[in-house]
Amino acid sequence: MSSNSLHATPGWLALLPAAVLAVLFLVPFGIMVGVSFAHRAPGGFFEPGFDLTSYARVFTPFVGRVIVTSVTLSAAAATICVALAFPFVVFLTQLGRAAQTVILVFLLAVLSLSEVIIGFSISTLLSQTAGIGNLLVWLGVIDAPQAYTPSLFALLVGLCYLGFPYTVLVLYPPVARIDPELPEAARVMGASPVRIFFTVLLPMLRKPLIGALILVFVFTLGAFLLPQVLGRPVHWTLSVHITDQAIFQSNMPFAAAMAVILLLVSLAMIGVTLLLGGRERGAR
Amino acid sequence: MTTLSLDGLGKRFGSFTALADVTADIPSGAFVCLLGPSGCGKTTLLRLIAGLEPPSDGRLLVGGTDQTHTPTHRRDFGMVFQSLALFPHLSVAENIAYPLTIRNVPRARRRQRTEELLELVRLPGMGARRIHQLSGGQRQRVAIARGLAIDPSVFLLDEPLSALDANLREHMQVELRELQQRLGVTTILVTHDQKEALTMADIVIVIKDGRVQQIGPPMEVYRNPANAFVAGFIGTSNLLACRLSAQGQHVTVAEREIALTPGDVVQAQPGGAAVLSIRPEDVELSPSVGDSDLPATVTFIRDLGESVQVSLDCGDHTLVATMPPRARPDAQVGAQVGLQFASGRRVVLAP
Repeated sequence: MSSNSLHATPGWLALLPAAVLAVLFLVPFGIMVGVSFAHRAPGGFFEPGFDLTSYARVFTPFVGRVIVTSVTLSAAAATICVALAFPFVVFLTQLGRAAQTVILVFLLAVLSLSEVIIGFSISTLLSQTAGIGNLLVWLGVIDAPQAYTPSLFALLVGLCYLGFPYTVLVLYPPVARIDPELPEAARVMGASPVRIFFTVLLPMLRKPLIGALILVFVFTLGAFLLPQVLGRPVHWTLSVHITDQAIFQSNMPFAAAMAVILLLVSLAMIGVTLLLGGRERGAR
Repeated sequence: MTTLSLDGLGKRFGSFTALADVTADIPSGAFVCLLGPSGCGKTTLLRLIAGLEPPSDGRLLVGGTDQTHTPTHRRDFGMVFQSLALFPHLSVAENIAYPLTIRNVPRARRRQRTEELLELVRLPGMGARRIHQLSGGQRQRVAIARGLAIDPSVFLLDEPLSALDANLREHMQVELRELQQRLGVTTILVTHDQKEALTMADIVIVIKDGRVQQIGPPMEVYRNPANAFVAGFIGTSNLLACRLSAQGQHVTVAEREIALTPGDVVQAQPGGAAVLSIRPEDVELSPSVGDSDLPATVTFIRDLGESVQVSLDCGDHTLVATMPPRARPDAQVGAQVGLQFASGRRVVLAP
């Protein structure tokens, strides 16, 4: 017994990350929850107290619509990202090692781009004056260049651009670990490549796929710049409104209350996803 | 009737030739073992037959029709992989029924066939289990049942028994052979284990460095090996450098002449260097060294219970002789003995 504990990592080592988490995450979170109940001082900032006014404002049709918009946008971005990244990763793992490395390094490099750069690049790409509309005119597809931004399409392109590298990086290890004899066995047993994808790869990777969905969902839920750059005001998400309230309207309690609601909504969505994804396992 | 014809099949990976000019006709219902050391190309040959790799040369005919370029999933073969490749997300029954599900066989027929197959591989009532709940031998049986589900025209197995412990492996060899004979399915099994090949095969194809060395029934290959490699790979063999006389009447080993008798096999050019292949069980020991005997010194005696193995040193060569315990020689380590090679069991091979 004693020799075992000698080799094991000493438990007190965990205290450091625990302390860091407490100071940098739990304390600010506590403050935020506290602020959400604070009383707003008109023309000024806020006074400590227990005031439900901010929450009352959250439960209005307007904020409700914004929540629905946010969740729908992020869910759509997550679905598109996973739907694109999964076949891509399957294809990637079938390439040579050198090609795989080049592509993965490129995707890692994309991660270093900030939301601002991505937003304005896509905005330029889809603009009337400098965008792909001119290319389509040159190709003779359309008569005159037009702007494709701001629009729902532009916003989704941006969110997917943001989420795609993460999706690939999350899906790559489990896909690469799949025994290549499994799809080969399916092939010998009569399955076409498409059926192998749906009957072997997809069900075997259900958990990592759900993980990737949740990651992109939560990640894009926090995007506050892309909706303003690429979307119309109707596409402004809760994160945009939180930023707006906190920075431009100086209404910290309302911003904090919306943030708390955003957190609860995210948790609820993750719970629902896990419940749906783990259903088969639970029923057995 | 021929089920499967391999016609000059070859496979190159870049400049490396993995397999060259494999030609064989496999009769319907035969159990064929592809035998050779690891890396010899036997698995590549199996993958060519399955269609998992396209051949660089040659043709593959199944029942007389060219299937060289038929996609794997349209070949109607069954295959058991080295890793077994059972689907962890499916139950035992779902695994076995997979090829039927893919072919849109109605549910009731599927269930009935799965029951039959579970019965066949002696796993009745195990259909609802998950793969991870099974032992190694049970997984083996599930993989075999799945491979047989569609009554394949050819059943392929890639070293499926290599992961099992020795006892279970021998048991499964016998079981698999019995199953194959009962069903009469043309079967090709890859193995590097010569005992496995001797246990199961109707035909052995010995491969070395991507080239077929010999094709034939296992005992014929054992008795009459085509070359020194086959003699050493199938069973154990004492290989002694010798000279074959100009008339091919006798061989000279360690300055002793050994007259050849009609049963002996000569595959070397007369009047040149050759290799004399003698099976350990064909080495006879006598306590005194006669004129025609090869003198040798006993270097080690292993009593293995069912047999006795005597290591011998006769100058340039070391030999192994095996005999049943009741024929154990009355000799100690270091004793001088005379060796005789059983007539009619001597094979003279090209060097």
